[in-house]
Amino acid sequence: MKILVPVKRVIDYNVKPRVKMDGTGVDLTNVKMSMNPFDEIAVEEAIRLKEKGAASEIVAVSVGPQKAQDTLRTALAMGADRAILIQTDDEVEPLGVAKLLKAVMDEEQPGIVLLGKQAIDDDSNQTGQMLAALSGRPQGTFASRLEVKGDQVEVTREVDGGLETVSLSLPAIVTTDLRLNEPRYASLPNIMKAKTKPMASKTPADYGVDIAPRLTTLKVEEPAKRQAGVKLGSVDELVAKLKDLGVAK
Amino acid sequence: MSVLVLIEHEAGVPKDASLSTVTAAGKLGEVHALVAGSGAEARQAADAAAKIAGVAKVLLADDAAYANMLAENVAPLVVDLAGGYDALLFNATSIGKNVAPRVAAMLDVMQVSDVLSVESADTFTRPIYAGNAIATVKSSDARKVLTVRGTAFPKAAATGGSASVESVSGKGDAGLSRFVGAEVSKSERPELTSAKVVVSGGRALGSSEDFHRVIDPLADKLGAAVGASRAAVDAGYAPNDYQVGQTGKIVAPEVYVAVGISGAIQHLAGMKDSKTIVAINKDEDAPIFQVADLGLVGDLFQIVPELTAKL
Repeated sequence: MKILVPVKRVIDYNVKPRVKMDGTGVDLTNVKMSMNPFDEIAVEEAIRLKEKGAASEIVAVSVGPQKAQDTLRTALAMGADRAILIQTDDEVEPLGVAKLLKAVMDEEQPGIVLLGKQAIDDDSNQTGQMLAALSGRPQGTFASRLEVKGDQVEVTREVDGGLETVSLSLPAIVTTDLRLNEPRYASLPNIMKAKTKPMASKTPADYGVDIAPRLTTLKVEEPAKRQAGVKLGSVDELVAKLKDLGVAK
Repeated sequence: MSVLVLIEHEAGVPKDASLSTVTAAGKLGEVHALVAGSGAEARQAADAAAKIAGVAKVLLADDAAYANMLAENVAPLVVDLAGGYDALLFNATSIGKNVAPRVAAMLDVMQVSDVLSVESADTFTRPIYAGNAIATVKSSDARKVLTVRGTAFPKAAATGGSASVESVSGKGDAGLSRFVGAEVSKSERPELTSAKVVVSGGRALGSSEDFHRVIDPLADKLGAAVGASRAAVDAGYAPNDYQVGQTGKIVAPEVYVAVGISGAIQHLAGMKDSKTIVAINKDEDAPIFQVADLGLVGDLFQIVPELTAKL
């Protein structure tokens, strides 16, 4: 079984985003970029499935600028077998990405598409579910465990009330949550080896997909700031304050 | 203009998050409520939804296939009904986030996630970059699909309405997925996202045992829900459904007590709209103090039991 792992190049998890003065967006010039952390978990899970013998090949795919090559190389260094870059400098919305991924699915016929539940830049949490809809396949979102059982995949999902397990007919789309695994670091020999692994270069036009955005961002602002309050000297002061707030008797 | 809201319900009662979504929907047009579920509980939830202030009509889809809100089964039901509506609204909860994008893609609509405010019929604000920026976006799609952040809208009154309930039927089981089971955290405490007071613990608690030994009694004294930082959940001190943060639950209680939480951006994104924030931390430079209204610097293992005893 082949596994398709879509990955996104985003601002590094440890960088605090700065809103541009002109309100047009977040300043990404000279900012460290990395693989979306949830996608890293997806790559790791795909590798584990291959190590267990449940998967035969891992194909990483990214929609983004030329630089997204670096993100794909990271996936290859971790253990993906080959990569596809669908290159575009336009900002592609989740719906457009899902349409491109559907076209890749048609070509590659993967058993599982494994991707992050959301990207930490636009925080949309849509692409996996949209891909599932467009391909007419089931979806296991927010996965904290997955197990391939014959022609099904069993997915335990992190939901508001706790955990929920569903069984999906393959092929299926699975989106990862934080507790699924801890991604490995690529070793130096594997980073070197990744440089020779195949990477196909495509454009959205190659797939005949219209990626024109449906949403226009009118402005981007910083959220209202909270002011730091007071530091209290004792537990008794805190008790008194909580009583003032009406939450303590 | 009319708007359809997918009502989430439990034990025959619409969830608080859905009451907030009804408020958001009311800003767009006449509100119809869709209750999908199975049997007596679904009927009960539909009758309750009919009483929500501002709901003009309730659609009840009663089918065993909708009992567990599997997206593969519920999305086609919503899509079949979508023709009569200008906007489809869902809660930004684990159910809404699962179902809404499936609906949106089936309708060829780009969804707007986590709506914080309705500026006009096609313009909304939403958080991006873990809440570090707020974007105002305008949708060019003829039909809107939105998920609504519950803490950003007041809850519609659960009583006062008198809508009619109409039965609808969908295609039922799509045959793609099967519900296997759930491990639901049972708690006598209030629900995290709608609690008036939340007490959250961080990594400084050091173990699952200490987390519960220190946090639970304080929460019980305050009638509070219990939350946790991602670090505490990752370390196994608290279950995943306790997580407060951008990728966990978003809360905005009257009082939020952060115990041993340093205040990572990710965590702040989930609680910074709380009315009053209380922080207890031994590191006086912890970022949590930059957003806290009331801070107490010191050893939580000493402070929290003392606080609990004195309340």
